[in-house]
Amino acid sequence: QEKEELIEEWQPEPLVPSVPKDHPALNYNIVSGPPTHIITVNGKECINFASFNFLGLLNNEKVKSAAQASLKKYGVGTCGPRGFYGTFDVHLELEERLAKFMRTEEAIIYSYGFATIASAIPAYSKRGDIVFVDEAACFAIQKGLQASRSNIKLFKHNDMADLERLLKEQETEDQKNPRKARVTRRFIVVEGLYMNTGDICPLPELIKLKYKYKVRIFLEESLSFGVLGEHGRGITEHFGINIDDIDLISANMENSLASIGGFCCGRSFIIDHQRLSGQGYCFSASLPPLLAAAAIEALNIMEDNPDIFQTLRTKCEWMHKALQGISGLKVVGESFSPALHLQLEESCGSRENDVKLLKRVVDYCMNSGIAFTQARYLEKEEKCLPPPSIRVVITVEQTEQELDKAASLLKEAAQSLLN
Amino acid sequence: INHVVHNGGLYKRPFNEAFEETPMLVAVLTYVGYGVLTLFGYLRDFMRQWKIEKCQNATEREEQKDFVPLYQDFENFYNRNLYMRIRDSWNRPICSVPGAKVDMMERVSHDYNWTFTYTGRVIKDIINMGSYNYLGFAQKTGACQEAAAKVLSQYGAGVCSTRQEMGNLDKHEELEKLVARFLGVESAMAYGMGFATNSMNIPALVGKGCLILSDELNHASLVLGARLSGATIRIFKHNNMQSLEKLLKDAIVHGQPRTRRPWKKILILVEGIYSMEGSIVRLPEVIALKKKYKSYLYLDEAHSIGALGPSGRGVVEYFGLNPEDVDVMMGTFTKSFGAAGGYIGGKKELIDYLRTYSHSAAYATSMSPPVVEQIITSVKCIMGEDGTTIGRARVQQLAENTRYFRRRLKEMGFIIYGNEDSPVVPLMLYMPAKIGAFGREMLKRNIGVVVVGFPATPIIESRARFCLSAAHTKEMLDTALKEINEVGDLLQLKYSRRRLVPLLDRPFDETTYEETED
Repeated sequence: QEKEELIEEWQPEPLVPSVPKDHPALNYNIVSGPPTHIITVNGKECINFASFNFLGLLNNEKVKSAAQASLKKYGVGTCGPRGFYGTFDVHLELEERLAKFMRTEEAIIYSYGFATIASAIPAYSKRGDIVFVDEAACFAIQKGLQASRSNIKLFKHNDMADLERLLKEQETEDQKNPRKARVTRRFIVVEGLYMNTGDICPLPELIKLKYKYKVRIFLEESLSFGVLGEHGRGITEHFGINIDDIDLISANMENSLASIGGFCCGRSFIIDHQRLSGQGYCFSASLPPLLAAAAIEALNIMEDNPDIFQTLRTKCEWMHKALQGISGLKVVGESFSPALHLQLEESCGSRENDVKLLKRVVDYCMNSGIAFTQARYLEKEEKCLPPPSIRVVITVEQTEQELDKAASLLKEAAQSLLN
Repeated sequence: INHVVHNGGLYKRPFNEAFEETPMLVAVLTYVGYGVLTLFGYLRDFMRQWKIEKCQNATEREEQKDFVPLYQDFENFYNRNLYMRIRDSWNRPICSVPGAKVDMMERVSHDYNWTFTYTGRVIKDIINMGSYNYLGFAQKTGACQEAAAKVLSQYGAGVCSTRQEMGNLDKHEELEKLVARFLGVESAMAYGMGFATNSMNIPALVGKGCLILSDELNHASLVLGARLSGATIRIFKHNNMQSLEKLLKDAIVHGQPRTRRPWKKILILVEGIYSMEGSIVRLPEVIALKKKYKSYLYLDEAHSIGALGPSGRGVVEYFGLNPEDVDVMMGTFTKSFGAAGGYIGGKKELIDYLRTYSHSAAYATSMSPPVVEQIITSVKCIMGEDGTTIGRARVQQLAENTRYFRRRLKEMGFIIYGNEDSPVVPLMLYMPAKIGAFGREMLKRNIGVVVVGFPATPIIESRARFCLSAAHTKEMLDTALKEINEVGDLLQLKYSRRRLVPLLDRPFDETTYEETED
């Protein structure tokens, strides 16, 4: 009888709290037509400085015709996971080509960029293992770490001294309990080019630390694949490091390769394990063949035109220089990084007001024909929330006049709105 | 155990689900089989360790030999010794559209499945009973493909940005409105991957202090989403409403485990059709319970959307219920629509909240335009809005194929799990050796089937799973049934002890049959 009363009285919370109508993340920009170099946002035609189309392959005719051919042969979907008649010859070809391009033994493809690193980390690191991860790691890495249930140790962004301190602490812990230490795996997870801060990780020092403290390195190269290095092979080529020194390289094909999905590459010893224990690989449908064919063609173009990487780097340096000296906004990111952030030099007091102010700057630029976007984060979910910023993306298709126009528009906007 | 439920007012039609018990002799033999394999496994490991047998595994780098081993030896025991022997039943590469008939690349192994080589030959026209192609939209010609080709040449293949930044195309908005209309809900949102839809949105809906009641046999994506959310998870027995009611009562009466505070919300996670069992969720009872105990329902219609219901609108329509009773309707576009991705449908507040706080909207690239177009065209076809009756015809064809196939298999004497109306048909194999044998024999006869064993199923309940499609003609089904009959006799798979009297060949009317016990 009491139980009946309790059941009657209990009132749950509403399933979701209501969201105010003017929440900045609720009203999406609507892009009509393809998100290429010239983009039509909310009805206005602008030059696209917001899509991660670094090598301009989104609108490439060869890529599109390769995808068309694949569409005519296979249809759109694969109707099954890799294990159950979802493996097509295009997937096998793409995996071979990626492994050859990156000069590793094997590669494995996922059908969703976010799921790539979020499935790769929990496949190796389990409860009781230790992962040292940079503070500025992207959200996908954070979710992978959460799914793995391992001990997470954050070290300050790009601070090798801090990392070494944590490693030394772990070493002293190990000496107290050598039996446990013998079975506890250790990993370092870093990004080649950080999405949240636009700078690169000091890979040579990390390799030294790897061999000194016996930790494995997982490298996330979503932004640096197809950008850094003489042939676009990423940060290992940029620093001239033997690729076998990195245990696992994970990248998504949604930035430079202008397709969808992601891949991991490395030695067969490591990659083969994911074929049975990568959740996003085993329990999810495989990549549609037309997207795999588009990625193969994009790789062909990358291999045939190795000079686009230098062109991209020159443009990035040009833009980086042009953006210096804007009053009120500071540039965050390396000079050769194609994805920069513009943060407010002085905050207005609250994050909400900062976001509103940056929105006004972005709207000003969009009204004058340059499309920027604010970097979006889930404020309550991020471990170390970066400050609000405007994302500036440089692609090979932008001309120097357009870069200058964008920089001068930002200067104007900053002058009128931020003072 | 066979249930035929009419349950007063809740069910408007008979609910026939059967899970015949494992015969005792078969269970014993299965355990013996696994025992023998394990012994041999230890023997082989011993020989490999003492270098009597060559070790074919990939190994760690020389420079990293003194690192902590990446894999525990025991973890890979099953992989090395059991999975490797029958590895050729999985990951079979195909090279044509995954329709009713498919072309497969021939591959051989000279070292007992450790490595494969492709002979270069293509095995043509294998009847495909493994792909999730329920309504036959996996086509390389036709209205869907033409529309997708047009959008591909206009928009390109990728998007290179997230929904909240610059990746929200007009195509996405069109798709979401259409999906909402199709499901009969206020609003919907689409994502690029079905797995990720679950694992990224459940954490956005519930958090610490909430309770999740999840079915025993839920898919890995639901389990991962529930774990990532941080809420407390309690599991109820598969499709068992008494178990669910008991958990609900206990939860409300006793509150949270240590603090005794009341739960913030209770979310029930169920699937429309469970793909390994072929069972359909008892939705009328779940909704009645949900209303009585004021909890929320999350329905994952990955396999049932498009496949159930007189007009293909899923398990809600199949039971004749109101879509507004389900709080969160989730589904995927991979199975019945021949594309890729997932969606969530529900009230406008829910979708607005997800647009703002879903992990996928903020951090994951949006869907590729030609894939979106394929979904739009196929949904319009199913709804009949493209001016033809192809959609309706396909839904009906699938229902007929399902009933016919299941009836014939039961008549032959196999043990078939699941609901009468579910297009997923698991046929029990039980013994480990038969898993590999069944897959290989069927391939020799030009029929591609899917076999599953541990760990996707309980260890003694390995099975072969057939996925029916509206694209299968009666001739294809008859050929397949003939071959299954032959292989069943060859491998002695006809375990069922409840024989059905075969019907005189009456074409597909509402069947009422007599059963005799042997």
